[in-house]
Amino acid sequence: MLSALTQLLIFQLAGEVIARGLNLPLPGPVLGMLLLFLALAVRGGPGHELQTTSQNLLQHLSLLFVPAGTGIMVHLHRVADEWVALLLSLLVSTFATLVVTALAMKLCQCPTPQGETP
Amino acid sequence: MTPRISEIWVYLAASPLLGLTVTLLAYQGAFWLFRKSGSHPLANPVLIAVTVLVLFLTVTGTSYETYFAGAQFVHFLLGPATVALAIPLYTQFKRVKAMLLPVIVGLFAGSLTAIISAVAIGRLFGASLPTQLSLAPKSVTTPIAMGVAERIGGIPSLTAVLVIVTGILGAVGARYVFDAMKLRDPAIRGFAIGVASHGIGTARAFQVNEQSGAFAALAMGLNGALTALLLPLLVAWLNFG
Repeated sequence: MLSALTQLLIFQLAGEVIARGLNLPLPGPVLGMLLLFLALAVRGGPGHELQTTSQNLLQHLSLLFVPAGTGIMVHLHRVADEWVALLLSLLVSTFATLVVTALAMKLCQCPTPQGETP
Repeated sequence: MTPRISEIWVYLAASPLLGLTVTLLAYQGAFWLFRKSGSHPLANPVLIAVTVLVLFLTVTGTSYETYFAGAQFVHFLLGPATVALAIPLYTQFKRVKAMLLPVIVGLFAGSLTAIISAVAIGRLFGASLPTQLSLAPKSVTTPIAMGVAERIGGIPSLTAVLVIVTGILGAVGARYVFDAMKLRDPAIRGFAIGVASHGIGTARAFQVNEQSGAFAALAMGLNGALTALLLPLLVAWLNFG
């Protein structure tokens, strides 16, 4: 577990250094993910330890969003002032994004729509 | 008796131990409820844990800053966890390669929809300009969204909250949307969740199915990158502000 965690941190660090060094708009961890992906492609897959540690970490991915989410208490005033606009915007936009993304993918997956086949 | 307890409280309230412990307790309680409900999307663990924590901090008069001094240790793990998403992505890569065209088209369509609809609806219902700009990157993962918000003139800490709410909405609602659309493919379901609601959606997708999770992780990364590149250009082009 320790060596797997170290590997993850090293990739994050590399991502951070490259993103800042080259002034990329990507955050370090996302670039780190891409770098690790490339390393896995070269190495032919993760070792057993990296596999299990990552699985454990990702199993409780939701936990990691709790501290930032609790930050809503700092913005309760602004949220109270503009809650109609905020709620409608988030609600409609999130569902529209789900529908549009899924529809666009479905349409591309089968270039000849059903019914057009003779 | 009472002064003794308040002395202990003064010590605890100032140390990171309390913030960390209540975060883990609140989450485990929320996760237990989530499992008890048969993994019902409405029993979203982030939603429950955040509600419990906000109530707890408000009742005990603890500031968010004090709380975060402890909770930051959990928050920090977001970095390595994001890196770890490379592993399911690698495992599922064959399927991703086979779906390259739908992935690219879905990404662009979804990313633009997320940005434009959020700002347009916010504007329509009278949100102030900084709020509109804080809404724009709401579908991408917290660190990217905060960075972009800062660059385009939004409020980064407000964006962080909007990002989390978006994630919860997507995680809670996606199943109903997809079922109504009669959409079954776990790859498409996962990818759409990842585009619309980043890491919280991805966490939900992993709870349902490994393939969905991998596609959600991919979508989260791609949409983060695309939004970071596209949004500052869009704002300049539409002449906001």
